[in-house]
Amino acid sequence: MSLATMFKRNSLLDERSTWITSIVLIVGMLAVVVLHALPPEHAWHLNGSVVTLLGKYLTYMLLALAVDLIWGYLGILSLGHGAFFALGGYAMGLYLTAQQAPLAPWQTVMAHFPVAALAMVLAPGLLALVFGWLAFRSRVTGVYFSIITQALTFALMLAFNRNEMDMGGSTGLTRFDELLGFSLASESMSVALFVASGVAVLLAFWGCKAVTRSRLGRVCMATRDAEARVRFIGYRVEHVKLAVFVLSAMIAGIAGALYVPQVGIINPSTFAPLFSIEVVVWVALGGRATLYGALLGALVVNYLKTLLTGVMPDAWLFLLGGLFVVVTMFLPQGVAGVLARLRRRREVAA
Amino acid sequence: MSMTNVERLREFARPDRVFDFMAPADSPVDVRHGPILYLEDVSVSFDGFKAIDDLNLTIDDGELRCIIGPNGAGKTTMMDIITGKTRPDRGQAWFGSRHNLLQMDEPQIANLGIGRKFQKPTVFEALSVSANLELAMVGDRRVWKTLLARLDHEGRERIDEIMETIGLSAERDRLAGVLSHGQKQWLEIGMLLMQRPRLLLVDEPVAGMTEPEMHRTAELMTRLAGQQSVVVVEHDMGFVRSIARTVTVLDQGSVLAEGSMDEVANDPRVIEVYLGGDEASDVREET
Repeated sequence: MSLATMFKRNSLLDERSTWITSIVLIVGMLAVVVLHALPPEHAWHLNGSVVTLLGKYLTYMLLALAVDLIWGYLGILSLGHGAFFALGGYAMGLYLTAQQAPLAPWQTVMAHFPVAALAMVLAPGLLALVFGWLAFRSRVTGVYFSIITQALTFALMLAFNRNEMDMGGSTGLTRFDELLGFSLASESMSVALFVASGVAVLLAFWGCKAVTRSRLGRVCMATRDAEARVRFIGYRVEHVKLAVFVLSAMIAGIAGALYVPQVGIINPSTFAPLFSIEVVVWVALGGRATLYGALLGALVVNYLKTLLTGVMPDAWLFLLGGLFVVVTMFLPQGVAGVLARLRRRREVAA
Repeated sequence: MSMTNVERLREFARPDRVFDFMAPADSPVDVRHGPILYLEDVSVSFDGFKAIDDLNLTIDDGELRCIIGPNGAGKTTMMDIITGKTRPDRGQAWFGSRHNLLQMDEPQIANLGIGRKFQKPTVFEALSVSANLELAMVGDRRVWKTLLARLDHEGRERIDEIMETIGLSAERDRLAGVLSHGQKQWLEIGMLLMQRPRLLLVDEPVAGMTEPEMHRTAELMTRLAGQQSVVVVEHDMGFVRSIARTVTVLDQGSVLAEGSMDEVANDPRVIEVYLGGDEASDVREET
């Protein structure tokens, strides 16, 4: 097989992976909804708490997608994406608490859903805009950028811990009752939030796919591999980075906003540097620069986490660390890379 | 039957027509009053080391200039200054008589019409040959426009044309990363041509090339001059001799000698600088 046909196959594989991912997502979502609708005594019935757990996984998958967009395609390793996720979450949290008892007078404005919805996207977007503008303009790259993103999320964690912020201090925001006038405790709300998260993942996946397949996406990959060359052919690299970074932060914000009503709380621990690092592990494990790899990685790692923290809570961090080491050493392309290699081998054999 | 390389080059450089990628872009560069590139008393030092020391250099519109010099003479630093990567401590750098290069950054300078080829071939290895050329094609570089950009018929034809010129038509869908070293050099030159620059800065274009590849490159460089100004930095004396009209010798950050290849090669100062270096024998051989 010549390399030319291999390249064509690769782009076909790419298209096929988009189809497969979309179909798996849609079928999976429908299956969950149908299984939930079965009568409770049925053996295959999924109860509301499982649906909510799956909904939470979906928001993590959305966050992983955001990280893969900038890490996989632009080569920017953000170790602070949890900050954007948390900001989106806090915007949702403020909306939910403002329904009954806002913690500060200014928060009453957050009781209007359109205002809150705007804040879920704009708060992380603006932070990414200012932070990214400063960092990319000064050409901060590589490990230095990663370190300052850690500092960013750590600083925000300290800030949100302060009671003077009127964000609930270390307890965060909790005791939510209603979303858009519907009780959060109801089973149908669990399903609605699950479906909303699934639709958000699907739309974000298609959106990211469109961006990465555009000429801009190729400029991103070119920047990842040879930044100076991109500058010398006339692209303003810092603008490209900033635009994609802001887009990624907004997706992370939406993920956070969908996460909060499903888990019922948002507190400063979401800003913890460790959480952001965990997200990177999901993407590394699933496979960078494929998008579906990020979705897969987030799902698998979080499912494992749920399983293991139930059985052996202390072992989880060791397993996570071990996974990261194994993936970095033996599977640099992650699970997605293994899948692609297997498929290629099968095609060569056929 | 396929054309030989020479025929292809001849076809590409027919005197009775101007290829659109060679025609000057709608550039506001003003060369009516003299040179296209003008460096005056440029100095830059890194940690006390004077990489460029009172350098004066003038390149005329359409000129092909070769720059030689021992390692550390400041050739690459000079290119860094012209393309906006390095800011000099002192001096002036003008593009035409209107554009002060010291007030612009890399993308601005690139879009103004200065193209640069790196010493080590730098292509986008994860992209196909045609995608590499597409990214370099002149066009609106703003983020939103790039996101929505579609390759039109005209653009596709230009890419085909350039691929023909650089002899990579058969490799259009291959990833640039799997090309041979010489092919990468050519692809990078092709990317420069897609940019339609007024001034081409070429750093060691024949490094690692085979003899026939070197000849093709020499022919291409010669043809390009006239429509574009070309500055070639090169170590290979045979190559320099085959294309040079004017040669500038750099040493310790400033101009040591300037003139035709014969003049320069017989200059006692030049011979002294090259003595002991790898190039010394080359110079004498050619003389």
